[in-house]
Amino acid sequence: MKHLLGVEDLSREEMDLILERAQSFAEVGRRDIKKVPTLRGRTIVNLFYEASTRTLSSFELAAKRLSADVVSVKAAGSSVDKGESLKDTVATLSAYDPAAIVIRSPHAGAAGLVARWTEASVINAGDGKHEHPTQALLDVFTLRQRLDSLEGTNIWIVGDVLHSRVARSCLLAFRTMGAKVTLCGPPTLMPRGIEALGCEVSFDLDGLDQADVVYALRMQRERMSESFVPSLREYAARYQIDSRRLGPRQLLMHPGPVNRGVELSPEVIDSPQSLITAQVESGLVVRMAILYELLAGNDRARPERGQAPADTPTIGQPA
Amino acid sequence: MNVTANGSGSGAEGPKLISRPGPGADLIVRCARLFDPRTGLDALRDLVVRDGEIAEIAEPGSAPEVEGAEVVDGDGLLALPAFVDPHVHLRVPGQEHKEDLETGTRSAAAGGYCAVIAMANTSPPIDSAAILGSVRDRAEREASISVGFVANVTRGMAGQELTEMAELSEVGAIGFSDDGLPIANARVLRRALQYQRLAGGVIALHEEDPDLSAGGVMNEGEVSAALGMAGVPSVSESTMIARNCSLAVYEDARIHVQHLSARASVEEIARAKQAGVRVTCEATPHHLTLTDEAVRSLDARFKMNPPLRTEDDRQALIEGLRDGTIDCIATDHAPHAAEEKEVPFEEAAWGVTGLETAFAALFTDLVLPGVIPLELLVERMTCGGEPFGIEAPRLERGAAANVALIDPDLTWTVGEEGYESRSFNNCFGGRELTGRVLMTVAGGTVAFRQRSFALGVAS
Repeated sequence: MKHLLGVEDLSREEMDLILERAQSFAEVGRRDIKKVPTLRGRTIVNLFYEASTRTLSSFELAAKRLSADVVSVKAAGSSVDKGESLKDTVATLSAYDPAAIVIRSPHAGAAGLVARWTEASVINAGDGKHEHPTQALLDVFTLRQRLDSLEGTNIWIVGDVLHSRVARSCLLAFRTMGAKVTLCGPPTLMPRGIEALGCEVSFDLDGLDQADVVYALRMQRERMSESFVPSLREYAARYQIDSRRLGPRQLLMHPGPVNRGVELSPEVIDSPQSLITAQVESGLVVRMAILYELLAGNDRARPERGQAPADTPTIGQPA
Repeated sequence: MNVTANGSGSGAEGPKLISRPGPGADLIVRCARLFDPRTGLDALRDLVVRDGEIAEIAEPGSAPEVEGAEVVDGDGLLALPAFVDPHVHLRVPGQEHKEDLETGTRSAAAGGYCAVIAMANTSPPIDSAAILGSVRDRAEREASISVGFVANVTRGMAGQELTEMAELSEVGAIGFSDDGLPIANARVLRRALQYQRLAGGVIALHEEDPDLSAGGVMNEGEVSAALGMAGVPSVSESTMIARNCSLAVYEDARIHVQHLSARASVEEIARAKQAGVRVTCEATPHHLTLTDEAVRSLDARFKMNPPLRTEDDRQALIEGLRDGTIDCIATDHAPHAAEEKEVPFEEAAWGVTGLETAFAALFTDLVLPGVIPLELLVERMTCGGEPFGIEAPRLERGAAANVALIDPDLTWTVGEEGYESRSFNNCFGGRELTGRVLMTVAGGTVAFRQRSFALGVAS
């Protein structure tokens, strides 16, 4: 594996490899000293064109735990605000010879383009409404902590599917791992033709009691002004996951950040069924595993890189 | 000559088509397969061009050599009436970094075209007599084949106030179009259709309901669902066609519907034609050969408006071409600079170039597999001027020489030797196509020779 651009490109074997690696990092995480020297001297660039708290912090921490040098470039206050093209920005950052570029972009396919323009490994941290593969992998990891296997499980993804890259990547990942997936949401927020990805589609919560896992999506307030739904009140009445709808043996997930009282009622967020905090924990070890598999795996192919910290340029020492 | 505007008779350049005057060609194309469905010609013949006119169509090998006349070995080659494209973007004035009249017409000639109709969504748009006059002047110096310029229907393409259509018509507008944008306001379009009685000129329509298409970057369907990109539903096109056909029939006006992309659109046109609406329409090589599956690559070369649609839509377009619902083939040649395409798909400029690959793409994907006969392809690629009053070129004695000489067996890789166009956003780039234009005679002048072919002749 050179890049992680989408779940679409991942085989089950590759996913298993990452998840097993994540498991070993989870054990490291229980030690007092949580840092390993694997990526010492390597540079990882986080290039974020969209605001992000948990994905960015999780990638930064994952890189640091692996002893890499990390620089995070955010759209606000950088050259990207001055009209520099993505291609030119990538060329500039590639001059630092990074081992990996982690990119979040509001546009589908941005990570794929970056992969064409740089020697570095590219990790898609969200491209438009297209994919968010690291989220899907951490969700699968989280579920496997609880369920051992996803084979034959029944997973409902509920909410604004239309605007959700999480929904797409999770659908693909859950299906690859053998789960049966139902997408549920208002018809106005359900992409026409989505069934072709191999899922059921439902416009109401009838049948939710059959689900082993309920995965709620974030409902953004701006969807009201675009008249996708008449009101948050009506949305919540029809689609909110609350303690009445969530059974005691069903697991609850959410990619965050949660709109309390919209897609989830406050009491289910803090219920024992909720895996929301576990998802954040998984995010760290899964991203460590991804960096490890892409970069340490590459050591075998590129022995001249990685183990020579003195020669590896970092930010602050102009190359 | 045969390429004349508004039926102004043969033997003279139509007043609405304009090009740089060139020397009349003297040529003998020996033993080529002359093929013109309009005159029923399909035979090995010598084609004799004297002073830019088809002087003779003689038995193969029989035409006597004349001093000063170039002899071209036509063995194995196809001589067709040259093509006419009713829809290209030459980007003049204002966007010469994408294309200009010289590169655009050279690109057209390289595709076997003898005339093109240029759209008016330039910068500034062609919405006044002064701007129209200036581009026509430039065409007289720079265009290697005939160009007809449409003028805008509305000032600044803002869709609000009509341009001075009558004056524009006098100054040489070959028709009217706000192509690039729809005329969303039905009242404005209705006024334009009424005004056509005074100004003349067909109104060419880019059909898109901007409320339905808003935000979309590709066809709405399974592929857009998988890619998470906002879709342009096919009904954004077909509902506008239905509305505008109703307006046209009410005002007894003449409209030309541009770049059909969807089954529902073909059905609307068929219905309208049956009801007697004076409507013609076109389809592009890319909509006839590609589908939205190509967009899975997220390659911005597959981004154009209207977008590539489904296989079912493509089949409907082919059927429409066969049964005559679709009158002609238009490239919608839309050059863009590299930096406007080397960006994420959603950010990229709309449009693809197509003049140099139109024949080869359709010949390779539709004629060679037997989907449509060559005869139909040639008919629909030569009649693109008819909605604008330009007769199709013919291979017959006494006609101006408008000839595309093609090697139907030559396989080539698109873009390998670059393009004649200034831009290279061609959606067939990198593909192997069969059938290559070797030489184009346009308006009696040799407008293009393929490099290797020119060398072959010289040796």
